[in-house]
Amino acid sequence: MKGRIIILLAGLCATSPAMAQQAAQKPAQTVRAAVLRVDMNELPPISRLDTPPADLGFAGARLAIDDNDTTGRFMGQDFEALEITATPQTAVAELDKLLAEGISFIVTLADEENTLKLADQAGDRALIFNARARGDRLRGADCRFNTIHTAPSHAMMADGLAQFLMWKKWSDWFLISGSHPEDIALADAYRRAATKFGAKIVEERIYEDTGGGRRSDSGHVQVQQQMPVFTQRAKEHHVVVAADEAGIFALWLPYQTWDARPVVGSAGLVPHSWHPSLEAWGATQFQNRFEKLATRTMRDEDYQTWLALRMIGEAATRTNSTESATLKDFMLSDRFEVAGFKGQKLTMRDWDHQLRQPILLTTGDVTASVSPQDQYLHQTSALDTLGIDRPETQCKF
Amino acid sequence: MNHLSTAILTSAICLGLGTPALANRVFVSNEKGNDVTVLDSETLEVIGHYPVGARPRGITISPDGKELYVCASDDDLVRVFNPETMEETHTLPSGPDPELFVLHPSGNPLYIANEDDNLVTVVDTKTHKMLAEIPVGVEPEGMGISPDGKVVINTSETTNMAHFINSETFEIFANVLVDSRPRFAQYNDAGTKLYVSSEIGGTVSVINPETQTIEKKISFDIPGVLPEAIQPVGVRVTKDGKKVFVALGPANRVAVINGETDEVEDYLLVGQRVWQMGFTPDEKYLFTTNGNSNDVSVIDVAANKVVKSIPVGQQPWGVVVAPN
Repeated sequence: MKGRIIILLAGLCATSPAMAQQAAQKPAQTVRAAVLRVDMNELPPISRLDTPPADLGFAGARLAIDDNDTTGRFMGQDFEALEITATPQTAVAELDKLLAEGISFIVTLADEENTLKLADQAGDRALIFNARARGDRLRGADCRFNTIHTAPSHAMMADGLAQFLMWKKWSDWFLISGSHPEDIALADAYRRAATKFGAKIVEERIYEDTGGGRRSDSGHVQVQQQMPVFTQRAKEHHVVVAADEAGIFALWLPYQTWDARPVVGSAGLVPHSWHPSLEAWGATQFQNRFEKLATRTMRDEDYQTWLALRMIGEAATRTNSTESATLKDFMLSDRFEVAGFKGQKLTMRDWDHQLRQPILLTTGDVTASVSPQDQYLHQTSALDTLGIDRPETQCKF
Repeated sequence: MNHLSTAILTSAICLGLGTPALANRVFVSNEKGNDVTVLDSETLEVIGHYPVGARPRGITISPDGKELYVCASDDDLVRVFNPETMEETHTLPSGPDPELFVLHPSGNPLYIANEDDNLVTVVDTKTHKMLAEIPVGVEPEGMGISPDGKVVINTSETTNMAHFINSETFEIFANVLVDSRPRFAQYNDAGTKLYVSSEIGGTVSVINPETQTIEKKISFDIPGVLPEAIQPVGVRVTKDGKKVFVALGPANRVAVINGETDEVEDYLLVGQRVWQMGFTPDEKYLFTTNGNSNDVSVIDVAANKVVKSIPVGQQPWGVVVAPN
């Protein structure tokens, strides 16, 4: 993968005669965007079932472009999204090429550090859609006016899970976090959620990543010995909350804990922005369309990329414009809303440019619940019970 | 003589299937149960459950009451049943994933929304042949037709438009942008108003069919119900155009709207996640499908009152009442 760049053209959807017949009279105006994915040199995931597909995120982009183009036929609008993969070393150069081409909507699939780097490089030349990084600092102290977050934040995920746990009256948590900076940031989100919703963290432990025990021929043998011991003699708790953003240990926790307690967070009951099991709110046909196009099920990154490009399409339809500035202003306004197959309209937080959205709480096979839970009310939007609300934001544009 | 007529009446009631004109059969499609529940519109009792294919959603009946059409979404076809016996007589080619359809007032043809394929398929109900495929917006669902049969309306849920289609040339001649996720399109009988519900937008657009412009947007506000839960789907209008009923999904209410002023006058509490509705021919009752509570609510139309709820099958979706 070193330095290799793959450029694909997407969304140049074939125009059948029947479609041409229906097309609008005026020549189509094109809205150009790009999806820039920064691939890290990562170890394989704990489970081979979680191996990222080669078209991660891009498949979501293709579906969004298909959707936008279908609507675009009635509006005289055409949409395209370039698909670019880069490494942390080449990401800025790739971005510069896109900016030089005049592309002003760029969806990034990158970690926190690279997302921030790209946003700063783009400045006011492009609107960045963060479709991957969940770190709260990107919506807080390190927020950028030119960045919209379609990926939910750690705080939203943690709050979504916390609401459900409090509804279950599982208020005493045993928090186990990994030793990587992103794990520590996620653990912070759980601590914040515990305070916000009245849960108690009765015990905290850190699972040090010493480089072993992740996946090997004898992985499960080792784990079967290690995990019960690691979780032994914790104070009385209702649930184990795992904060393992790096994906080192959490999947090994369920059924291996010393006490018979459910595991939530990075394993067990897991918060997601999307899950292939969701059927409500028209999700079935959305899943069908995606699976037909991608021949696999949809992941969070695909959904978040789809959402970013659908936002652009929706803005173009509503404003009847393909002008970047017009679309940007509309997307950042309080008039903007987009449907995302999660039962309610998704809107923009003006204080940090985070897209409001429900959080799915999923087990391996089903969507077990969707937050916000009905019991949590808010004066503006129930969705603002999830994540960082206006009065507490550290973001200053 | 008196005894004799009592005996005849009793046997008629006992037979159930053969009850005289007053009672109509009510057909409810159960999306997850793969069957149709048949009810009696007078006794409000369940007559039976009948298998109808995979994932039945849209359901309608011919004007003469002789053919019952069911969208078997996962079978990719429309199945046609004898409404009396509930035996399948034939199938119609529908295109992939048929969700909802509307019959021409004459009973032919049938206009079908293919949700997964961005098409409206037109099928001749006599020859069983496909007449046309019309490309529309993303996720077509709602299907309406003008009382004179000249204009077919399709709503596309992700494109957010009501497409006006010439029912003879099959060409789209107008597109009206409405609020998010339009689910249903319903004309009043005079043909002067077209109601289009927007599930995520939370509104019903009242469109002037002549000018194809939105004249009013009806919004809903129910004390104690989260605004996000108010999701308008099914719309039905009484023949005189005076009352409009709108099913509000997870708000578990049906809104009653004054068809002249288009103002909301009442909210009726029904079962959970109410989507589709159907009148009896005399408009005495309106039946609503409640997908999450697996039942049907019966509304007394004149009194604006829910008089009964009837358990049906798994995830009831659509409902139609036989015309005779």
